[in-house]
Amino acid sequence: MYGKGLKPLSIATVVAFAVGFSLVFFYAPLDADQGFIQKIFYLHVPLASTALIGFVVGGIFAILHLRTDNNKWDAYSYVAIHISVIFGVGVLITGAIWAKASWGHWWVWDEPTLVSFLIVFLLYCTYYPFRYAIEDRDRQARYASVFAVTAGAFVPLNFLAVRMAQQLVHPRVFATSEGGLPSSMLLTFLVCFVAVALLWVTLVKFELTAKSASGQVNRLRRALDAPGPTGSSRIAPEVS
Amino acid sequence: MTPSRVAFAAILAKDLRSELRTLQSLPAMALFAVTAFIIFRFGLDRTSLSGSLASGVLWATLLFAAVLGINRLFVAEREEGGFDAIRLAPIDRSVLFGAKAAALIVYLVALELVAVPIFAIFFLDSATALGPLVAVLLLADLGLAVVGTLISSMAVNSRARDLLVPLVLLPLVVPLMIAASGATEPLLALGGPGYHRFGTWLMVLGLYDLIFALVGWAVFDFLLED
Repeated sequence: MYGKGLKPLSIATVVAFAVGFSLVFFYAPLDADQGFIQKIFYLHVPLASTALIGFVVGGIFAILHLRTDNNKWDAYSYVAIHISVIFGVGVLITGAIWAKASWGHWWVWDEPTLVSFLIVFLLYCTYYPFRYAIEDRDRQARYASVFAVTAGAFVPLNFLAVRMAQQLVHPRVFATSEGGLPSSMLLTFLVCFVAVALLWVTLVKFELTAKSASGQVNRLRRALDAPGPTGSSRIAPEVS
Repeated sequence: MTPSRVAFAAILAKDLRSELRTLQSLPAMALFAVTAFIIFRFGLDRTSLSGSLASGVLWATLLFAAVLGINRLFVAEREEGGFDAIRLAPIDRSVLFGAKAAALIVYLVALELVAVPIFAIFFLDSATALGPLVAVLLLADLGLAVVGTLISSMAVNSRARDLLVPLVLLPLVVPLMIAASGATEPLLALGGPGYHRFGTWLMVLGLYDLIFALVGWAVFDFLLED
């Protein structure tokens, strides 16, 4: 059921990335201050925004799970957080490369966005040991949803606190002295953002399809009294 | 239905009485805090502290001492069947959240009544900053209590109880610690307390308390279902 529409979605993602990267390398102008390395911005910032939105979306799915008591939403919430954490690794790596190239250090403590993202990322990394420590499946799903709701509320609060702790805020690409990006850069950024968001949706759908297929296989196995698969995951929720 | 006020008072009184009789958490928290101060004294090789160093030592110590209490907050409920009793009782379940958070606040205040004066004796030149520090401590206690109660109630039903509380709690209280140490740092500055952005930090602390109190209140019901 979940596999429906996966193919056109994947094709759309590939096309969006192709268009996006063509714009990045052949259309968008070189940044006057930072030069070529600024192009990583078109990957780094969409990844970060998508990951953060994905965390909040995971929280919304968790609310739906708590309200409806339908385990489908727990699976949605799990997969949304899972893919966002993977995107988060990408954000930290691209961010470190960008920081090294333009500020000379792999890690810069007085950049509030960097620090806030690290804290949020660490919090969501504890989602896995948290799920793993609870045996009963229903309770695991409920507790994981409570975690996702709490952490979703934490994301904006954390950004506020870390930003306030800085004495001065570094100038960002968005806020140059002229106030804003040139339109060619903005267009490129938006296309890249759409591409990365599509990638997120595709991966979420992909993982849900895989989970639903393996859940179906398990149910068929049980119906046939065949031995179950060995080494199946104990933390990933089953999808019907 | 028993009125929530009565149930709240009963659970809180039960918790405080059992803590007074068994003394499971409080002495351990206080001892931990004092020992941590001694370790900081040698680790930093300083005999007096001020400014950011003082606020860092104070808040790191209080936070880790609080983790000890948070770890044990629901242990009696789980081992003696208190959760089942609460589920059977004709009361609003969120009351348990409120009462446990209130008990944790009492523990934290008791801890600070011991640890903060000792901190001042060990490291501070003057005690003038302790007055305004009370406001920061109380607001931070409230935040620690609501988040700690929520995490503790989840962790106690898992296999890795003692591991989960610090693991999940520490990233969650980072904003709280940023605001608390931001307010404390100028208070403990060399040459008398300063109030740089004091009100703003208190507002951040209050906002944190409010948001997590509401979240905790809203989701706590689901943790008791079975």
